[in-house]
Amino acid sequence: MADILAFEGVSIEHRGRRGVSRIIDDVSLHIAPGEALGLVGESGCGKSTVALAAMRYLQAGMRITKGRILFDDRDLSAMAEPELRGLRGSRLAMVYQDPMSSLNPVMTIGRQLMEVPLLHGESDERRARKRALAMLDEVRLPDGEAMMARYPHQLSGGQQQRVVIAMALMAEPALLVMDEPTTGLDVTIEAAILELVRELRRKFGTAILFISHNLGTIARLCDRVGVLYAGRLVETGAIRDVFRAPAHPYTRGLLEALPDLDRGRGAGRLVPIVGTLGAADRAREGCAFEPRCSFADAAVCGIGPIPLTAIDGAGTHQARCARLAAIPQRQAAAAAPTQAAAEDGPVLLALRGLTKWYEIGGDLFGRSSRKIRALTDVDLEARRGGTLAIVGESGSGKSTLARVVAGLVDGASGTARLGDAELAAGVDERPRDLVRRVQMVFQNPDSTLNPSHNIGFALMRPLKLLRGMTTQDAEAEARRLMARVQLPVELMARKPGQLSGGQRQRVAIARALAGNPDLLIADEPVSALDVSVQAAIVNLLADLLGNSEMGLVLISHDLALVRHMADWVAVMYLGRVVEYGPADKVFAPPFHPYTQALLAAAPRPDPDAPAPDVVLAGAMASPTAEIRGCVFASRCPVKLGAICETTLPPERIFGPHRIACHIELTA
Amino acid sequence: MSVEGQGLIAASPAPGSAMMRRLRAAAELLGRSPTGMFGGAIVLFWSVLALLAPWLAPYPPNKIDPALLADPYPSTAHWLGVDHLGRDILSRLIWGARTVLTVAPAAVIGAAAFGTILGLFAGYKGGLADRVIMRVGDTLLAFPKIILYLIIIARFGASAFNIIAVIAVTQAPIIARIVRAVTLDVKNRDYVAAARMRGESTWFILTTEILPNARGPLIVDFFLRLGYTVIAIGVLGFLGVGLPPPDPDWGSMIKETYGMIFIWPHMTLIPALAVSSLVVGFNFLATGLREAAEDG
Repeated sequence: MADILAFEGVSIEHRGRRGVSRIIDDVSLHIAPGEALGLVGESGCGKSTVALAAMRYLQAGMRITKGRILFDDRDLSAMAEPELRGLRGSRLAMVYQDPMSSLNPVMTIGRQLMEVPLLHGESDERRARKRALAMLDEVRLPDGEAMMARYPHQLSGGQQQRVVIAMALMAEPALLVMDEPTTGLDVTIEAAILELVRELRRKFGTAILFISHNLGTIARLCDRVGVLYAGRLVETGAIRDVFRAPAHPYTRGLLEALPDLDRGRGAGRLVPIVGTLGAADRAREGCAFEPRCSFADAAVCGIGPIPLTAIDGAGTHQARCARLAAIPQRQAAAAAPTQAAAEDGPVLLALRGLTKWYEIGGDLFGRSSRKIRALTDVDLEARRGGTLAIVGESGSGKSTLARVVAGLVDGASGTARLGDAELAAGVDERPRDLVRRVQMVFQNPDSTLNPSHNIGFALMRPLKLLRGMTTQDAEAEARRLMARVQLPVELMARKPGQLSGGQRQRVAIARALAGNPDLLIADEPVSALDVSVQAAIVNLLADLLGNSEMGLVLISHDLALVRHMADWVAVMYLGRVVEYGPADKVFAPPFHPYTQALLAAAPRPDPDAPAPDVVLAGAMASPTAEIRGCVFASRCPVKLGAICETTLPPERIFGPHRIACHIELTA
Repeated sequence: MSVEGQGLIAASPAPGSAMMRRLRAAAELLGRSPTGMFGGAIVLFWSVLALLAPWLAPYPPNKIDPALLADPYPSTAHWLGVDHLGRDILSRLIWGARTVLTVAPAAVIGAAAFGTILGLFAGYKGGLADRVIMRVGDTLLAFPKIILYLIIIARFGASAFNIIAVIAVTQAPIIARIVRAVTLDVKNRDYVAAARMRGESTWFILTTEILPNARGPLIVDFFLRLGYTVIAIGVLGFLGVGLPPPDPDWGSMIKETYGMIFIWPHMTLIPALAVSSLVVGFNFLATGLREAAEDG
């Protein structure tokens, strides 16, 4: 069988000011025509370099030092530039993570699509136009004629990615390289794009090299999977073999670190992979994963290049591990369960009719021209010792809600009470003790700590300010805080730039705990972290909550994480709470149609998971538009009719569980 | 992107030594850029001359000796020759360095302090305050600078203080722009939100959370601006509104002798060369610091 793409023992090095580093080491992989190969790994594992190498786009300073990259049995690395240009865009095409980086902002969509055939031999403008229209139809973009005349910025992120996929498929390439094509998108959009790619693949028979850090998307799309660690392929095999019986400790770690969408709080702790990938591990001759591996044996793991060994008889499932024989069979759910809140505590935070408009635009005198509705009539409670999760896609208002409660955004109407105290709008107007009682953990580990100050400063300031400590007491307490978030005390003298993302997020949690808050708000606390690090942070949060009276408001778009952590869940759409109730009730029927779509769309690391039965079309309605009926009406797959657009849906109440929908739901 | 202090991880044992280590780290960073080293050497050369002027200058700078005009060219007694009044050019250059290296840094520090406060305030508060500050700054920048200098100094008189003040005021809007840009970026970072969440005052947030992150661009700009200011002081001297005579000032030295450039060219060219070398020195130093900062 002739492979469309084959890497034969490819090594890639990067030469920079700081010397030579190995990016890819002895990677061999092959893709047959029409086959989809997934490559998975954490940030820095070299997966993007493999994707770019498949197109022979190598960054300045990168060089293939060993091996060959064969496309259609021709060596890409020996090819001259003009020949490569002929291949790229016609037989080889690529889709990047950020669609805006592949679209020209000053050209219409139609022009850009037509360029592909026009550059590759088509001479007739009308025929090119016809093909572009047909392709827009293929990628489910309605109203092709109008779409052709638009510019990229007039499209939503999901539409842009569809256009990029259309562009890539215009020339009917033999191989499509996709580098994290759905990473920046919401889950419902992601699910729709993945469905589209599956379908197009069936139709055009295109082979796909699919790069992702998300095991769920790989499981949904690929036939085979390769796991990369520190530039080496550590495991490869058919998707079911690898997901059912992962052999390499790293693959197992990745799978075990994921929260399970089907098991609620109290089901079991996540199993993080300890440590991080350091520069020294990268250069190791032996197994790069050894320092993080619980099965490691220095005597065998540290020596020489470890070969890929076959696991099954056919030899298609292989792993690069010296201790394969010694590793016990995988045991499911061996981990200790997390502590679920036995019963609901008293209400800590109560929101009533919370509404917030943003004013945008503004002329010379500061008068704003438009208003955006970010929150409408939000009624919620968070309880002591429990976790309230707020889920929704971007634009749902969940972050605004967090910031309003934190006092970082003011000008909201309605009431917010913490215990018996009224939460004034802005944090600057709150009395010091109230400031202390509400603290927040932010999303982005890169900006959560000031790069100019060391970690000790970040922890000691709140202690001095919120708890009136002297420098000496604050320092001692800061040490205790470091221990509570399981960080070595030595890090206190370091600047944030010298810490890993996971460490920074731990510091951010310690900082938020410094004032002994009653309510902790965590805005996507792990979404910017690698899976293995994510699990450790989630466990840390669970431990901190497990034995305290503190309430947690968790903002997240990740349903599996919410399922794992939450006692109560609120589902938001376009600034409104559409469903709210205890987690077990929200994750079980009856559903709000939006909750159902979210659940269906959530990627599961299971190749046999059924394809989503509901795929939402379109994008969220504009927040500037006036909506009189149900906020979800424009995308609802089970919309009843005009009533959904004209009348506010009634609340269907099932005990503590409420759903805002016109459909007559029954418990 | 801290310019200095990268890699300073140890807790501070003694305040004095921390300062020294900072300086050493800065010097080390500069050492990586040959351009920066060259600029630093020129600036250091003039600084040493200025500092030690009373001991280094061979003659009093204002000592007139018309007898020397018989042979004003460089000689063993007067290394750089004498000017049209018979004053020793080397001595006047050395004393003149003292003037320019006091007035220029004072003016730029004034501009930096004034501009930083305005920029921080405009960027953080936004709204009306931002609009008023930036529009007034724009208006000031729209004036041709030299004409502005001439008007103000003609009105208030030529003195070192007035020159410093006028340069500080006219340069401040540019620095305010730099600081405002950084502030706009940084104020939305989560660590500023975290500072608000623990009840820090606006002043603390501006000076301790935001300002340190503007340090890199500010330091580079500081040295570039010193170069421009050396030129500006030279121009003012040349136009006759510089420091009042007879004290030596490089711009005035050029102005007093340029009529004789075809008879005694060295009287004009030597101070002109001094001005250029110092400007080049500051520019190269700024370039070196920027390269070092980009290298991280």
